[in-house]
Amino acid sequence: MNTFFLCIAIGLCLLMFMSLYRCLFGPTVLDRLIGVNAIGSKTVVLLLLIGFLYERVDMFVDIALAYAFLNFVTVIAASRYFHKRKGLYEESFMD
Amino acid sequence: MDILVIICLAFGFLFFLGGAVGIIRMPDFYSRLHPAGKLDTLGIMAMVVGLSLYNLHHFTLGTVLLTIKMLLIVFFVFLSSPTATHSIVDAGMRAGLRPWTRKTDTRATRNETDETRKEEV
Repeated sequence: MNTFFLCIAIGLCLLMFMSLYRCLFGPTVLDRLIGVNAIGSKTVVLLLLIGFLYERVDMFVDIALAYAFLNFVTVIAASRYFHKRKGLYEESFMD
Repeated sequence: MDILVIICLAFGFLFFLGGAVGIIRMPDFYSRLHPAGKLDTLGIMAMVVGLSLYNLHHFTLGTVLLTIKMLLIVFFVFLSSPTATHSIVDAGMRAGLRPWTRKTDTRATRNETDETRKEEV
């Protein structure tokens, strides 16, 4: 079962790299925010899998809960910060 | 029990894969939010439920408390992820991003637009 958990964790890392593409090359800043949100939601599951692999789930489940909360607060704060930025529509055609 | 855990994890991984492909392939900001908002929520719920089922192998008080904590993660993600998605959509609408439409600037009749779309294809 540990091998299966390890395979799922490596696959999640590859999916995080796929989401990192949108973070790096997103046309607007909100596209990068989508990528960050997707990476954060994969990281919660990845932390739980690491906890099962190290057999310290009681510690890693707290870290995963804190990371989920931090991800939520990050997205809310960044989107409140960027909603006044003008010129995003022209920025999205610059690629 | 192990088979159920494997099914849950594979189901969640499939949804995460669809979300990642959708985030890369979709043409527009709003349409990219559609896989990012829904599929990540369902994927994280399925995977955490599967892991909490695996945690119940040794049925003691500590593992039951850990399982309750993991289900609290599911509950919190179920509340927070749609809220975050809605907040990003609201930021995009206020910043003046217009949704993606067909690439014809002039307002022509429907037959002409269909012809131009065939030519683009």
